[in-house]
Amino acid sequence: MALAVQLRSVVALVGRFPALAGVDLDVAPGEVVLLRGPNGAGKTSVLRACAGLLAIVSGEASVLGHDLRRDRRSVRRHVGMLGHAGFLYDDLTAEENVRFVARASERADAQAGADARTGPVLARLGLGGRLRDVPVARLSAGQRRRVSIAALVVRSSRLWLLDEPHAGLDVEGRELLDELVREAVGAGATVLFTSHEGDRAAALADRTVSMSGGQVQVQIPTPDEPKTAVHVA
Amino acid sequence: MWRDAALVAGKDLRIEARSRVATNQVAPFAVLVLVLFGFALDPDRGILSRASAGLFWVAVLFSALLAVQRSFAIEAVDGGSDGLRLLGLDPAGIFMGKAAAVFVELAALELLLTVGVVVLYGVDLGGAGLMVATAAVATLGLAAAGTVYGALSAGLRVRETLLPLLLLPVLAPVLLSATRAWEVALGTSVDDGWRWVQLLAVFAVVYLTFGLVGFGALMEES
Repeated sequence: MALAVQLRSVVALVGRFPALAGVDLDVAPGEVVLLRGPNGAGKTSVLRACAGLLAIVSGEASVLGHDLRRDRRSVRRHVGMLGHAGFLYDDLTAEENVRFVARASERADAQAGADARTGPVLARLGLGGRLRDVPVARLSAGQRRRVSIAALVVRSSRLWLLDEPHAGLDVEGRELLDELVREAVGAGATVLFTSHEGDRAAALADRTVSMSGGQVQVQIPTPDEPKTAVHVA
Repeated sequence: MWRDAALVAGKDLRIEARSRVATNQVAPFAVLVLVLFGFALDPDRGILSRASAGLFWVAVLFSALLAVQRSFAIEAVDGGSDGLRLLGLDPAGIFMGKAAAVFVELAALELLLTVGVVVLYGVDLGGAGLMVATAAVATLGLAAAGTVYGALSAGLRVRETLLPLLLLPVLAPVLLSATRAWEVALGTSVDDGWRWVQLLAVFAVVYLTFGLVGFGALMEES
């Protein structure tokens, strides 16, 4: 089966700085992979590159069968990203933000289905009732994070790219996020995420990849296998 | 493309309606420009009446800068630009949607300013067909060119100051042509007004084409 993510000696620049300096990474379909490392290790850049947001200047990169060197736009419709930014419009309500994402992600002839998905997803994230009609500028940081997660869920993406997904969430929210990730994987999605949450992140992941200096240093196999460090660099 | 354009235009217009920046800031600014011209030029309305076409379009031009800046400012907050790219929308659709929203805002503003020049400058409206055609085509050009240059400057830290510097010279032909056409329509000049409308149409087509073809690259580089 083709890999969901395949990076070979990938180099990507942020300005003139090589945020990724020769990354090698394979992620199988349905796998949950945790990227770990110190600040500036290149974790977020890997996620942005996989989302087609960061141009790759050398190496080979394929995500969901799309060659990112040749066309990094075409993969975007198939990936969902939860970043440090929430990708929300302050003046729109929670419902309007999520509905916009749902409609944009859906074919032109399936807009009604997109609208129908919005309500249940918001309710699941605890944003039903009066909260759905509140402009997100007036929501708390945790509630805004939940709206961003709702926008992610409503897209039904094949690849979830999560950058510190638990940040800003209360305990209940973190539990719910883990549950949503497991459900997405159950439905066939692949997940690549970064986290500084120790045990929670490790429990969610099938495999942990350590990064530093814009390169992959160590990969630790799935919990089913012996967790011995495998040096790949 | 049209579905994506409708989505983006609807989103932008909803944000403007909710935030009321256009009604509470841009529109009062445009009217204030008319009032200040009134103070500066001629209280007895003689010069004002003759120069009303040019003053109207200068006020529209300044307001267009604000509308374009606002259109891209909403994408700069909370990673909106990345969010828009992640949705995988057709870049041409995004361009058309953002330009359409700016067009609607400017068209509404021009209605208000038309009332303004009648009340403040004592202008007698005539040649309604030429006035409306000029306004429609000029506004299309302003919206298209503004959206192109708005995207160009969107990713820069100095975008607020750079955008007027880039855009005002580019929009000079619109100011010139629309003013000449309105002078004919208002009876302050004898010329072939429709010739100027044709020039405005060429300008609009050039920037619409440029936006449709190049907006994707502009978004990626911004």
